[in-house]
Amino acid sequence: MGDDEMKTIYQALVDIVDSEHVSNRPEELYIYSFDLGTAEPHPPNYVVAPRTTQQIQEIVRLANREKVPVVPLGGGLSLAGLAIPLKGGILIDLKRMDSILEVNEKSRYAVLECGVSQAQLTSYLSRHHPDLTHSEPGAPPTATIAGNVLIHGQGDLAQPYGFNSDQVNGLEIVLPTGEVCRFGSCALGVSWFTNHPLPDIGLFFGWCGTTGIVTKLSIRLYPARKIRGFGQFVVDDENLVPEIIGKITRTQMAEDIIAYSRAIPPFGMGLQHFTVNIGADSEKELEFKQELIWDDTLGEYITSGVGGYLGFTRGLERPQISKTSDYKKGGGFEYVGSIMPIEKYPECYRRGREISERHHIPYTVTGRCVGVGHSMMFAWTYAFNRADPRSIQHSRDALHETDDLVMELGGVIWKPGTYGQRIVRDRLDPNTRALMRRIKDALDPAGIMNPGNWEGL
Amino acid sequence: MNYVLEFDETRCLNCQSPDCLTQCRHIDIDRDTAQEEILKIARGENSFVLKECVTCYGCEEYCPMGNHPFYLIAERQEALGISPVPRPLVARAVNLGLPFRGEPEIKEINGPVLNMAAFSELNRLVQGKLFEGLSVISTDGRKMFHYFCQLMYLHYAKSSVIKERLPGIVATIMKHKPTQVVCFHDECYGAYSSYCPSVGIDVPFTPVHFYEFLHDRLDQLKELIRPVGFKVAYQRPCSSRLSPDKHHYVKDIFRLIGAVEVEREFADENALCCAGTIQGQKRQGSRKRAAGIQKKNIDDMKKYGAEMCVFNCPACYQTLGDMVAREGIRPVHMSDLCRFAIGEVTGGWGTMR
Repeated sequence: MGDDEMKTIYQALVDIVDSEHVSNRPEELYIYSFDLGTAEPHPPNYVVAPRTTQQIQEIVRLANREKVPVVPLGGGLSLAGLAIPLKGGILIDLKRMDSILEVNEKSRYAVLECGVSQAQLTSYLSRHHPDLTHSEPGAPPTATIAGNVLIHGQGDLAQPYGFNSDQVNGLEIVLPTGEVCRFGSCALGVSWFTNHPLPDIGLFFGWCGTTGIVTKLSIRLYPARKIRGFGQFVVDDENLVPEIIGKITRTQMAEDIIAYSRAIPPFGMGLQHFTVNIGADSEKELEFKQELIWDDTLGEYITSGVGGYLGFTRGLERPQISKTSDYKKGGGFEYVGSIMPIEKYPECYRRGREISERHHIPYTVTGRCVGVGHSMMFAWTYAFNRADPRSIQHSRDALHETDDLVMELGGVIWKPGTYGQRIVRDRLDPNTRALMRRIKDALDPAGIMNPGNWEGL
Repeated sequence: MNYVLEFDETRCLNCQSPDCLTQCRHIDIDRDTAQEEILKIARGENSFVLKECVTCYGCEEYCPMGNHPFYLIAERQEALGISPVPRPLVARAVNLGLPFRGEPEIKEINGPVLNMAAFSELNRLVQGKLFEGLSVISTDGRKMFHYFCQLMYLHYAKSSVIKERLPGIVATIMKHKPTQVVCFHDECYGAYSSYCPSVGIDVPFTPVHFYEFLHDRLDQLKELIRPVGFKVAYQRPCSSRLSPDKHHYVKDIFRLIGAVEVEREFADENALCCAGTIQGQKRQGSRKRAAGIQKKNIDDMKKYGAEMCVFNCPACYQTLGDMVAREGIRPVHMSDLCRFAIGEVTGGWGTMR
């Protein structure tokens, strides 16, 4: 792009938003050139922070006219490089679109703009609707609800209710050609209370921002129990994990169920810990659930000495995989997430530990149960020193080996980076792949949306 | 070096009152059976006591003969493979004490020190005038397991781990060249004043009980004391049973600061432990057993009108702190209560003004 052309686009962006919310200054472009993971940096040519859907439409139309890439950015916390502008262009920072538009207590849903963060919704509900909660992931508090939904994220209610993308009642999207579309009951001009039973149009989840920009969404809310806390259990035989998860889910008494193992701190080394969230509205209900889970269901492991109960703590402690960034100097970490059959836990643990040890990285693995045990999100986390290129390369290699491992074990890579996207793409059923190509071409004829992702379909 | 427990079986043979077991709060046993069982244990034979022991340390205090029944029980449990807790909890606990963040920074003190041991992160509990001029060791949470007294493994039937690691811990403390070591936690004091001598581990410094230190400092600062007037219950930690000769400092301190200790059933020798370790034990019904003990304990505090529950042990606080708070009894660390008495605003376990 020539200087004149760039100035024209810059001025056009200023005209759409205002000069306060557009930048082409190198120091600001630098900030948007990388995420917190190991992906190579690529700066955008412009950063723009719109406030309205209409502004986004105008930006997208401009990008189509000028054949300039567009990269939408939420919290920028996917770690997989999904919002790094691989081919430059206009990075649309959506954080200013942060209004909570509606909370319906009776039908239990919230309509949000796309920049609303997890912490923002949590604190809003806690202040104004304390009887309601949403399925909050273990991501940092600035992660956006929309970003998490669009990558098929999971939260602390994933065990009973499934992926966060299963909990969407409706979407408003700016298509790559600039039109605004609505999906779900809101498309009929009524309230945003359901995504069913209209014809299914699964065009936006899992597409890594290549098919449109979500501007509003409605998500389901759930009763916030008066008492919430977590119990902990531990075994030293990873082969027991799938059956234990199966038994706990069968009680239907638990909210979140997470199994994990890690080398640091050393107490967890070689052991499989479970955290089981339990919610209740009374002490009586809490004790009933605890008795069912720890005594009646897991008691046999305790009395035979192969499983240990570590107690129940009130208050929620959301899993923070980011703590692993403290394992090495330089504070970096990235993980490969996958959606796996639960019975694969033992092999996921063993093989992941081998990969970590081969790359001299303290191992951390985590499995979160999704949908009453229908699957789990299993993650392998690799810490690295940001100041040490060799350390970064070790992590990058470990991540790629793990992407391959996911495929080998029969799982699906969750929010794949470009390497993961390639190996998924190459294994896709040819007809599915062709359909995806046709959909992508139909929606984004100019190929402006987050190029570099889901390419070569 | 092979550290061997000094346990004198002949003292048990001559004992007319086997209080070690008859006074146990958790095992119902008559005098004759008690004598028979403790001798069985001394001879290395199996006993139902080894299985039913909840590891509350109480017998160590009840023994009228100066023997070490609890240390013996823990040794025999290990030797006979009768672990009170499931295997993964043992592995977890043993791993817990492993230092993993490099070597500690050693400063030579050549004077008295306060050892925070594995509670470096609680240094907010040792602030203010009471602690002025006292050097503190184990102040870095990343290195604190170099100072961990290891005695916790008595709960896990792992005396071997204690004996293996404790000499190294003593050596680390000695690198600071302390004259006296004030032990923040009862368990550390018990380790250096009771356990080490019982198995022949040399302790080249003088251990000082935290309450003895607090009492003496309060005495020096007594013109600052404003009687607090709170009605308090004391949550006696299991490891205080290793130093019963220091338990009087609880009452001495309360007297000095004007706290009124409620006359309740489960106090002093009759105290109930926090049950934190009981809940995870292998015996059927351990979770409920622990909950029952905790309820009995807290009901007793309430019944006698305690408005505050005073802790020393962080593990007791972690287990019972929220529970007593839910019942309207304020949990507080002894040092915070003492600081409040001399007019300081405390920020340890909840601000007191």
